[in-house]
Amino acid sequence: MTQPVLDVRNLSTHFPTRRGVIKAVDDVSFQVGQREIVGLVGESGSGKSITGFSILGLVDPPGRVVSGSIRFQGEELTGLPQKAMRTIRGKRIAMIFQDPMMTLNPVLSVGTQMIETVLAHDNVSRAEARARSRDALGLVGIPSPDERLDAYPHQFSGGMRQRVAIAIALLHRPELIIADEPTTALDVTIQSQILFEIKRLANEFSMALIWISHDLGVVAALADRVMVMYAGKIVEAGPVDDVLARPAHPYTVGLMQAIPAAVPRGEPLKPIPGMAPSPLARPSGCAFRDRCDRATDICATPPALDLSEAREWRCFHPKEWRAA
Amino acid sequence: MSALSFLSREDALSARLLRGIASSPKALFGGIICLILLLTAVLGPLLTPQNPYDLAVLDILDAKLPPGSQSMDGLTYWLGTDGQGRDMLSAMIYGLRTSLGVGLFSGIVALIVGTVLGLIAAYYGGRIDALIMRVVDLMLGLPTILVALMLLALLGQGLWKVVFALVLVQWATFARAVRSAALVEKNKDYIEAAVTLGISTPRILLGHLLPNCLPPLIVIGMLQVANAISAEATLSFLGIGLPITQPSLGLLIANGYQVLMSGEYWISVYPGLLLLTLVFSINITGDRCREILNPRLGER
Amino acid sequence: MSVFVIRRLMQSIAVLVVTALIVFLGVYAIGDPIEMLISHDASPAERAQVILSLGLDRPLWQQFFTFCWNALHGDLGRSFVFNKPTITLIFERLPATLELTLTGLVFALALGIPLGLISGLKPNSVTDEAIMTGSILGFSLPGFWQGMMLIMIFSVWLGWLPSTGRGEMGSFLGIHSSLFTLDGLKHLILPAINLSLFKLSLVIRLTRTGVRETMPLDFVKFARAKGISERRIVFVHVLKNILIPLITVIGMELGSMLAFAVVTETIFAWPGIGKLLIDSIMRLDRPVVVAYLLVIVSLFILINFAVDILYSLIDPRVRLGDQS
Repeated sequence: MTQPVLDVRNLSTHFPTRRGVIKAVDDVSFQVGQREIVGLVGESGSGKSITGFSILGLVDPPGRVVSGSIRFQGEELTGLPQKAMRTIRGKRIAMIFQDPMMTLNPVLSVGTQMIETVLAHDNVSRAEARARSRDALGLVGIPSPDERLDAYPHQFSGGMRQRVAIAIALLHRPELIIADEPTTALDVTIQSQILFEIKRLANEFSMALIWISHDLGVVAALADRVMVMYAGKIVEAGPVDDVLARPAHPYTVGLMQAIPAAVPRGEPLKPIPGMAPSPLARPSGCAFRDRCDRATDICATPPALDLSEAREWRCFHPKEWRAA
Repeated sequence: MSALSFLSREDALSARLLRGIASSPKALFGGIICLILLLTAVLGPLLTPQNPYDLAVLDILDAKLPPGSQSMDGLTYWLGTDGQGRDMLSAMIYGLRTSLGVGLFSGIVALIVGTVLGLIAAYYGGRIDALIMRVVDLMLGLPTILVALMLLALLGQGLWKVVFALVLVQWATFARAVRSAALVEKNKDYIEAAVTLGISTPRILLGHLLPNCLPPLIVIGMLQVANAISAEATLSFLGIGLPITQPSLGLLIANGYQVLMSGEYWISVYPGLLLLTLVFSINITGDRCREILNPRLGER
Repeated sequence: MSVFVIRRLMQSIAVLVVTALIVFLGVYAIGDPIEMLISHDASPAERAQVILSLGLDRPLWQQFFTFCWNALHGDLGRSFVFNKPTITLIFERLPATLELTLTGLVFALALGIPLGLISGLKPNSVTDEAIMTGSILGFSLPGFWQGMMLIMIFSVWLGWLPSTGRGEMGSFLGIHSSLFTLDGLKHLILPAINLSLFKLSLVIRLTRTGVRETMPLDFVKFARAKGISERRIVFVHVLKNILIPLITVIGMELGSMLAFAVVTETIFAWPGIGKLLIDSIMRLDRPVVVAYLLVIVSLFILINFAVDILYSLIDPRVRLGDQS
């Protein structure tokens, strides 16, 4: 295998609070290969967004990356000074946020917000920057892009704003895009359009993509590989078809049984019992054990990562599948 | 039963405020100064070396003595004397009584007027609400000092006229705060329950809505008293506030203004410092309370 | 845009008419207009003449009409003391007041916005604590006493700056102002500081609150993710968002500064309309007081109108409001 675009090892991001330390990301390791689309799935609070922000060095204080290594194209990002980090953000790694209503500055025109992104990294003329911005808008399917550059965010619909955000992310043809639930806030019909658009563009510009989502269904349609996160840890990872066909970790199994489309007609949905543990009071060992029907005493000790073939999971009692 | 539960809520609130003040050295300091000044004002005549307005004890030969001078009969003027030989310290304590009294009284009257109108606006809504709020907007749109100035220009000076002017410029702030707090409470279940139980309107307003609007009122009340004291001092300084027979701190400062240029600084500096300390300590404590009640600004 | 302007204009005129009515009722209906508007030492013939010209012998509604008609023609009565039309008196002194107020406003903004930014960007730091305590001290300082202390320190003790009067006037581009001579500037500094200190605290607090509310918003994080420099984020993205509420409040405060100039002008013997007002109150020159009130309310309305227009120029959401 060639060098991965992103190689994250033992990443931990903690938030000290008055009531204790929140381990938002707890010893997470994964890789993203060239041109690979990786889905990062988990419920809210599982640490998937913080993982994304940790890569870009954008964790809000008091939170910070306390240990681990993040290598991007072989270059170590942790401990990089802000100034050096800024030359990577938006240029080589771009990010798309969840709520397009909130990500664009309401009082600056779309053109201003795009042009500044070009000028932040490339020493080109304003006219050149404007031309590039216009082309990027055209690329993501915004009609009459030249006029739309002078418009303000509130003049765009939610879906269009997300397209603008994608256009901004594409301005510098980054090697990696981190998309943090970019379709969650949109209507279902718009969701699939954006999904399709991003997949097309990632393919066209041979970009790697980390797609953060709580929706296994979306990831199934898009990703090459999926990683499932629970309580700050990756509990299962593997090729998307394989994981979805034969989920090993009881949490993944639970997630799948809770998706309406994945359950055969007539069979009841099975919601996962209980609630996600408070980040300050997670059970020792496997954090999922008090919601898990397969848990035994051994689960009180932390399960090691089990690597069998291309699959990995952290569980003492994975669901077993007979060879098909 | 409901009355009791409100009581306990209020208790929790005042405890929260006290704890909040105690946890900030700045606010604690301000609060203690406030209390000391209040006590000084109340005990006033018992503390002053002389009665500054008893003409019999004043000696014109003692006029404009610098701080620390001795009087003819052996009294030390720690803060000097004014143009009529009056002990500044005594005059200031009397001035503090007047200033604090006018500020507190007008603040309390404005609070009552504003609260009643605000509750009425929130409870009845519709046209009554629209009318009251129009007037409130108008009042808040005009600068305090201008309204008070015009009113006193037309009415002439006097203690009660000043109080009237101060109430007039302050009630709107209370009315707006009470109305918005009451509107939030109004839609809650317990008010609906009280209405269904057939409890009379005044009782709902005073017994149920009011206790829940109290927190912002306490804080606004404090800050408004500070404002009122400042405003009264300004009006008195301009010569249209309190008459010369009821000298507040503002008037003392104004008296010193005439002789400031000739170097008798103490006549205006010390009353000014006292006024500043008074207003500052109220503001700093009130500001802390506002922080506690408005967690949006972030707890420390 | 023009619809917006016309609508605001209509509202302004309505407010002006209401104010005129209130002033009219205050003087004509509640008070005794003969007592208020005619000098005590006027001869019976003069009295009869004024009664006739004001129409005091006619019904109230006709008097109001006459009052408005006269006001529209710039006739707001004659001063007893100066024996001049009050409107002339006021317009002679208005430039001095405007000069003072605007200089004070510039001081307040030039100092307040940077201090508020510093404070808001490092909340709860020692610097922030110091600035915030200073700002509470600032609005606790009684304006008149603070002015006296300025005179005492800078004029009496240090002898650096003159204590009273307006100083020499210069002329530039047809505008007469003491801003254009050194002597004039020297005379202006202390009064302008006196007037601005009060508003300085307000500007600091507004800016600080604005920064603290804007910094955690998604668009700031998105701008960081684009690789925009922190300086541009603060001075373009955040500041422009803060300016919008700031301008509204400052517009209102400009009116209050005009009114508060009464105090400053009294202390520094600044020959503006505020000093005229106090002198007129002392001399029972009531027509001047009435005229002052009408002029100052008109100024308020004018300022509010200007602020609304400015607001719509800065905030794109308002500008396009009347299209949808």
